[in-house]
Amino acid sequence: MSDKEQFKVRKEPFYQQQGNEVALYEAAYRNRLPVMVKGPTGCGKSRFIEYMAWKLGKPLITVACNEDMTASDLVGRYLLEAGGTRWLDGPLTTAARIGAICYLDEVVEARQDTTVVIHPLTDHRRTLPLDKKGELIEAHPDFQLVISYNPGYQSLMKDLKQSTKQRFTAFEFDYPDAGLETIILAKESGLNAEVAAKLVKIGQVARNLKGHGLDEGISTRLLVYAATLIQDGVEPRDACRMALVRPITDDADIRETLDHAIDATFA
Amino acid sequence: MTETAYEHPLMKAYWKQLNSGFPQVREVFEDCMVEALAVLSRDGVSAYLDAAGSIGRLGRGVEPILVFLEEWPSVAQTLGEEALPLVMQAIQAMQKSPNGKAIAPFLQTMAPVARRQHSLEQLRHYLDIALDLMGRTTGSIHGHHTTFPSPGLPEFFQQAPFLFDQLSMEGVRNWVEYGIRNYRTHPERQKEYFSLQSADSRAVLQRERHGVLFADAERKLDIYLRGLWQESEQLVPYSTAFDELRKPIPYYDRLGMRVPDVFDSHNDVTGIDRYRAVLAHMVAHRRWSGQIIADNYSPFQRMAVEFFEDCRVETLAMREYPGLRHIFLALHPFPKEDDCDPETTSCLRFRLAILSRALLDPEHPYRNKDIVEFARRFHDIMAQGESSTRDIADLALSFVARTRRQSDQLAKVHFDDTVIDYRDDNRHLWQYIEDSDDEEFFDDPDKQSSKKPAEAQSLPPRHYPEWDYNSQTYRPDWVSLYEALHPKGNAADIDRLLQKHAALAKRLKRMFDLLKPQDKVRIRYQEEGSELDLDVAIRSLIDFMGGANPDPRINMSHRTSGRNIAVSLVLDLSASLNEKVAGSEQTILELSQEAVSLLAWSIEHLGDPFAIGGFHSNTRHDVRFMHIKGYREHWSDEVKARLAAMQAGWSTRMGAAMRHAAHYLSAQKADKKLMLILTDGEPADVDVHDERLLIEDARRAVKELDQKGIFTFCINLDPKADEYVSDIFGHRYMVVDNIQRLPEKLPQLFMALTK
Repeated sequence: MSDKEQFKVRKEPFYQQQGNEVALYEAAYRNRLPVMVKGPTGCGKSRFIEYMAWKLGKPLITVACNEDMTASDLVGRYLLEAGGTRWLDGPLTTAARIGAICYLDEVVEARQDTTVVIHPLTDHRRTLPLDKKGELIEAHPDFQLVISYNPGYQSLMKDLKQSTKQRFTAFEFDYPDAGLETIILAKESGLNAEVAAKLVKIGQVARNLKGHGLDEGISTRLLVYAATLIQDGVEPRDACRMALVRPITDDADIRETLDHAIDATFA
Repeated sequence: MTETAYEHPLMKAYWKQLNSGFPQVREVFEDCMVEALAVLSRDGVSAYLDAAGSIGRLGRGVEPILVFLEEWPSVAQTLGEEALPLVMQAIQAMQKSPNGKAIAPFLQTMAPVARRQHSLEQLRHYLDIALDLMGRTTGSIHGHHTTFPSPGLPEFFQQAPFLFDQLSMEGVRNWVEYGIRNYRTHPERQKEYFSLQSADSRAVLQRERHGVLFADAERKLDIYLRGLWQESEQLVPYSTAFDELRKPIPYYDRLGMRVPDVFDSHNDVTGIDRYRAVLAHMVAHRRWSGQIIADNYSPFQRMAVEFFEDCRVETLAMREYPGLRHIFLALHPFPKEDDCDPETTSCLRFRLAILSRALLDPEHPYRNKDIVEFARRFHDIMAQGESSTRDIADLALSFVARTRRQSDQLAKVHFDDTVIDYRDDNRHLWQYIEDSDDEEFFDDPDKQSSKKPAEAQSLPPRHYPEWDYNSQTYRPDWVSLYEALHPKGNAADIDRLLQKHAALAKRLKRMFDLLKPQDKVRIRYQEEGSELDLDVAIRSLIDFMGGANPDPRINMSHRTSGRNIAVSLVLDLSASLNEKVAGSEQTILELSQEAVSLLAWSIEHLGDPFAIGGFHSNTRHDVRFMHIKGYREHWSDEVKARLAAMQAGWSTRMGAAMRHAAHYLSAQKADKKLMLILTDGEPADVDVHDERLLIEDARRAVKELDQKGIFTFCINLDPKADEYVSDIFGHRYMVVDNIQRLPEKLPQLFMALTK
């Protein structure tokens, strides 16, 4: 399980730099500062971390957080066996032992008492106490903790504690501007730039409606899906309806307006 | 005068067959026959003459036969000759009833109505509607020994062409149905309704119109503007139904974008897409058009500048969204190159329409070399970028100069195929240095602002719909409800009442203390609790097996926390409350006061937000809703004073009062919303003769409230209430037979409901 190699990112993931975030991340990693990435869904947060792990040549352990997750799901637990019990490291413990980048995706989804276990790893102590096992793990020098969250969900219930927030340096991500997004679509799917630009345009129509019936605009990820479908030979309008409109809304008025935008764009 | 010099023998035979003695008929007979012979078959002509003859002999004067002779051939042409028996049957039915006077209007509008029917089947429907109207509105008035003709029928026939212009057959049927139902017993109102003069006649017409109604599309259009154009603008509809002569066209100014209230589909473009085209055009102007000084241009030049500028912004809009081209072209008229004769008619408008088509449509068929040249020059300019209003105005001026003709000054203007109805009137394009004499400038809002009317003292009425169970429709804005604070009386009276019930109050207080809040919350990690928490139990077991100290807190229990109920008590204050309760000196009103005081006092203890309102009504135009206690008010002397001044009068229009109380209750932030209605009789009002109507409306109101998440409960003091109260409230009611016990019952009931 704790084989370092299996967590390595082998192939270079495609990541289009939006600003100087790569250099900034490298600086943060050099000093082993914990990092938080914020931004709407599907704008490239996870891809960025994957890319950085590849670039730095470090193993990456990703944990998708959910509200049923307990502290022991992160840290580890005893399992029952025929002869007694056996300790199993959780992903966070593994990362701290082998010196990986531990990426807690959508960390607000986890319950607040769960997120507290990362505190000792994120300050000067860089340790992880396993109270059940009676062990104190010194984090490996290569270990770094990264969390991501989407402020768009923000509700009273789902926010990080100040004490958690203030342990991280942060990157704010957003959907790239039209030109950059076109390049991303073209590179990801192999679609020609002209059609990709049209997809980006539709994406922007939906982003304009955020807060007016849409909780989130169309993400870059969905645009890539649409581009992939079109590249596969699907009729562009059908591909857009399938990948861009139907997933994001059940509101008939908005659906109809987006459908119209598709027809108006793909004349 | 009836003798002509020469008469064809055949004509003579026809005249004989007609067998009419009216000299006026003689005069037009030949002309009518010429037309009839041209369109009718031999049998048809014969039937035509027979029918005309019998209409002439109805004893209704010369008018009906004249109209018939003139109109029938064109009707027969559109609907076929088989329509005649149907029409004759209808005429006979009218003749047999006292409605003979309606025959002339019927025949008069026959031709325009027929043109809109297209089939015999449709005509049959039309006649059915008319005869149904006749049958149900012809009647006797109590005490008179004659039957009276239907007042609405002749009006209906007169309006029929307009109605069919605006409505589908279904819509006409609904419109007529509404008129019959509501004005059957009121001849004057009925006349007003069927002649389209009354307000609700127009409102119902509006509701039944075909096409995409603005009201239905408004949100989509808002989203459209915001999503595709990043604009947000007030959209204001104007009515297209009642301006026959001068059709209003879209425009925008500081107060918003004006668009028609309805769009039919046209050339395969759906109504909603036509709205979008209008908005796209206006937005394009806002985005790319500048202002130019109007004073320097002649009207012709201005018109040309407008056409060119319209095309420029549309071209830019189509660059943004290429799909718009398809919509614009479908809506843009396609004038034929040679349709306008420049010798006799002013063709400037027509030339500009052609040019506009050529500028937008890359596949235009025009060969006129000026058109082709200017289209090329236009595209050259546009190829360099966005161009500007100024540059394009120069191009427009040279177009006018190049193509000018003497005939442009002629009064006869060629209008066919030149109206581009999705374009606005371009008022934003022009800047006038000197105020013109145009009418619009007189009502400049800036200049009028000084004369603002003084602010009204009382609150304006609120309008609520009422459910009409006969047609299963809402009557729009039917009830006017006036709300006010209840006047104050003497608060000490209420204290005295409470004093009287001191013992009961004490008992109630004990019960309220027991009444626990009801939100269930799970408490985990309990050593002792009501249930085993499996997750924690397994974890502890593992700890135990692994030799570690197991956590003994493996149970969980439930706790209730936070009462979260908002209550609205609606009191019926109708006249019947003044009656004395059997076997007591007190009136129902006094007992209600006691009961409400106790309830209010108890709820104050519980701390739930609680409002009291009373209502009564005097016809649908005057429903009063009096606020006695607001949600945030405490059970204070002021509230007591209002309660003490409570008085009874008038009737019970329950539905409107419930909708109004719900308006405030639904704004409360509470998990549970409860509306208690305290009444002593069934819903009724002096202007409603159908006793089911208000019951059904109240039942409907209960359903609406249910959908808003409001739980309604009725406390009825009418011993005979069982007949109707369950129709309205389902199982959610209580009939208090012994009214004297109401003060005790009411708080108990409240507790039972909220436990």
